[in-house]
Amino acid sequence: MELRKNYFADVRNDDLHEIGQPRPRSDSPGHVTGKTAFFADRTFPGMLHLKMVRSPHHHARIRSIDTSEAEKHPGVVKVLTAKDVPHNVYTILILIQIGPEDETVLADGKVRWKGEAVVAVLAETERAAQEAAAKVKIDYEVLPAVFDMEEALKPGAPLVNEYHGQNHYLYDSGECRKVRFGDVEAGFAGADHILEQSYQSSPIEHAPTETTGCVVAPEGNDRFTCYTNTQAMFFTLDNTSIILQMPGSKLHFVGGTVGGGFGGKVDVIVEPIAILGAKLTGRPVSFVYSREEEMQISSPRAAEKVVIKDGVMKDGRIVARKVTGYTDAGAYSRHSPYGAQKGAGHYPGPYTIPNVWIDTYCVYTNRTPSSAMRGFGVTIGDFALEVQMDKLARLIGMDPLEFRFINAYRDGDMKAHRQPTEGAALIECMQEASRAANWPVAEKFMAMSSYKKGA
Amino acid sequence: MAIRRGRGVAAINYPTGMNLGGDPTQALVHSTPTGNFMVTLSSVDLGQGMKQIMAQICAETIGVPTDRVVVDTADTDTGPHCMGTFASRGTHRAGNAVIQAAKEARQVMLEVAAEELEVNASDLETNGQGNILVKGAPQTSISIFDVALSAHFKRGRSISGRGMFLIPRSYPEKETGAMKPSTCYAHACTVAEVEVDDETGEVTVLTVKNVFEIGRALNPKMVEQQLVGGSWMGISHALYETTEPYYPNRDHGGTDFNQYLMPGPGDLAQTEIIVLERPSADGPYGAKGPGEMCANPQIPAVANAVFDAVGVRIDTLPITPERILRALRAQAAN
Repeated sequence: MELRKNYFADVRNDDLHEIGQPRPRSDSPGHVTGKTAFFADRTFPGMLHLKMVRSPHHHARIRSIDTSEAEKHPGVVKVLTAKDVPHNVYTILILIQIGPEDETVLADGKVRWKGEAVVAVLAETERAAQEAAAKVKIDYEVLPAVFDMEEALKPGAPLVNEYHGQNHYLYDSGECRKVRFGDVEAGFAGADHILEQSYQSSPIEHAPTETTGCVVAPEGNDRFTCYTNTQAMFFTLDNTSIILQMPGSKLHFVGGTVGGGFGGKVDVIVEPIAILGAKLTGRPVSFVYSREEEMQISSPRAAEKVVIKDGVMKDGRIVARKVTGYTDAGAYSRHSPYGAQKGAGHYPGPYTIPNVWIDTYCVYTNRTPSSAMRGFGVTIGDFALEVQMDKLARLIGMDPLEFRFINAYRDGDMKAHRQPTEGAALIECMQEASRAANWPVAEKFMAMSSYKKGA
Repeated sequence: MAIRRGRGVAAINYPTGMNLGGDPTQALVHSTPTGNFMVTLSSVDLGQGMKQIMAQICAETIGVPTDRVVVDTADTDTGPHCMGTFASRGTHRAGNAVIQAAKEARQVMLEVAAEELEVNASDLETNGQGNILVKGAPQTSISIFDVALSAHFKRGRSISGRGMFLIPRSYPEKETGAMKPSTCYAHACTVAEVEVDDETGEVTVLTVKNVFEIGRALNPKMVEQQLVGGSWMGISHALYETTEPYYPNRDHGGTDFNQYLMPGPGDLAQTEIIVLERPSADGPYGAKGPGEMCANPQIPAVANAVFDAVGVRIDTLPITPERILRALRAQAAN
């Protein structure tokens, strides 16, 4: 790595003592010698193991659940169903007033994705819990499912989630988050070229070294200590308090040393049901995802579809950009309405375009609920935007790097969401990339600056 | 049939912190009797090294070496509220809270030192080595060790401070979408060079040259580990990874690392990282959040390089050999 101190030296104070120093990490020796304690290093006498019975169907009505054989299985201590969960229908962003509650801790009457948790089995060993889970009998009536976002948005599509009433999230702005800036149709009308293209991604996995999980110990005084690898301690505690209808003062969360998160550990999934198990049995409980659960059950990054329509001039200026983004939330919201909203705030990318129209939709389908992941709401948008930029440059016969200089945002430029640009540095990154990659651009671009013109 | 070479570029920006704000983090700082400092948080270290960075920020602000600061975090019985470690917010939000708490503690520390030295607190400065000196007369000094002992056992003072950082929440205007998504943005530009085998559709990323502008590299070695890891993840996202290879079809989803593909050590591109620093107006010592954005520009840069190499556009992720071969066949058929 090289630090290029010659850029922005005039606005930076470099005489600090500790900041800017490559101090060795104090936790590295513990990590590399295996001495760091993670949540799963906690073991307690009499600890139970929790395994989930999961839906084999993408969308089905639950006619009946028979747990009698599972309960008789040797080593089984408790079997939990929806009726055991005090506040079973929840949504995590309710803490910042983003509803409605739309997801069940344990399925109640219906499953909406293949893999959804229906019954929780607590047993003396992981093996006993797994074997007993296989003995739970659930009678399903399979329902039509929808997997494709465009199909889901059509009239007459199977309704994925009754708590929403339609297969998209309803923002205060309507069926999508909107950004309107300038007059996009006038921009297209005056453009030399129009290019409309569609981009698509598939769900991906966070793939942390340490799978999602927690270990819960009853403290004997009505308090429960939850050792967890959540990325958000109080967010998880407060949501658990709502789901279990238990005062937050009864909950003690300990964590902070995590084997990789990447956004995969901001859902509140394992802690509430494990604490409920500990409460109802009086025993410590461990609930740790298998690698298979981590890959197919825990939320992936959403698949997204992005449609970009641009109007561009022969001289390289983009004069109008219309973006329609679709985020595949799967069956439940989790963080997806936030992610789609974040996309609306990100488009049209780091470029100054006078006419912009943005619609971002959060769509429900019968698949594993997606949620936060590194680059949430932006990563796929950037893939689409930057491939589109390459296509536009080639369309008008311009160098792709020079084309970006022409449109790059600079201090003071008004963004589509009506905030003036501050602290821009895109131009300097491109100048340095031009040098590092031996990709020459015209001298006028190398002489540009992100600083406000004239300042 | 041939191995074809191409290169592509992408330029991006990325917001720091929870979109639209409204995401608080608090910090507490106090000294031990012998002048070590405890930072108490409930923020989570995901392996990126947040504890180390908070220690360096506290040390810089108080004026002591980093090894005199201990970070105690993520125990809800002791640590004050943090919204969580996500949205590239850890360093920015918690760092600002730590600075505020450390400034308050530092002020008490200087007041106690002033009483011991019989000078005004405003005339004192720290030398970063654990001593407090009179400005312009450094021969008059006292160690922070002695100041802490005095505060605890003689003066009855608590060298401690409270910190809080909150970007007020922005609510998007319904019709226009006017809003304030973020207060500062990191930037990047990546150039990727690839080879594509037009017989097998396989892509080899030869080099990635990444330029990242991150406000301030608080710890350059730790910045490097995060940026190199992110660059690898971006390439993996571009070419390998998906839980649903035939999305929207639900079949064939991988359930372990034999089925869920990622590049191995032999697939690593030659990776170059260049860092620029334009300090942000509201970041701790100017820092922005580079944690997420560093994995983004490689994806379109690789996609553009594949086009440059073989002349087909793969607009669906991941860019698998199968998709490239199908596109090449369609191109040949036309």
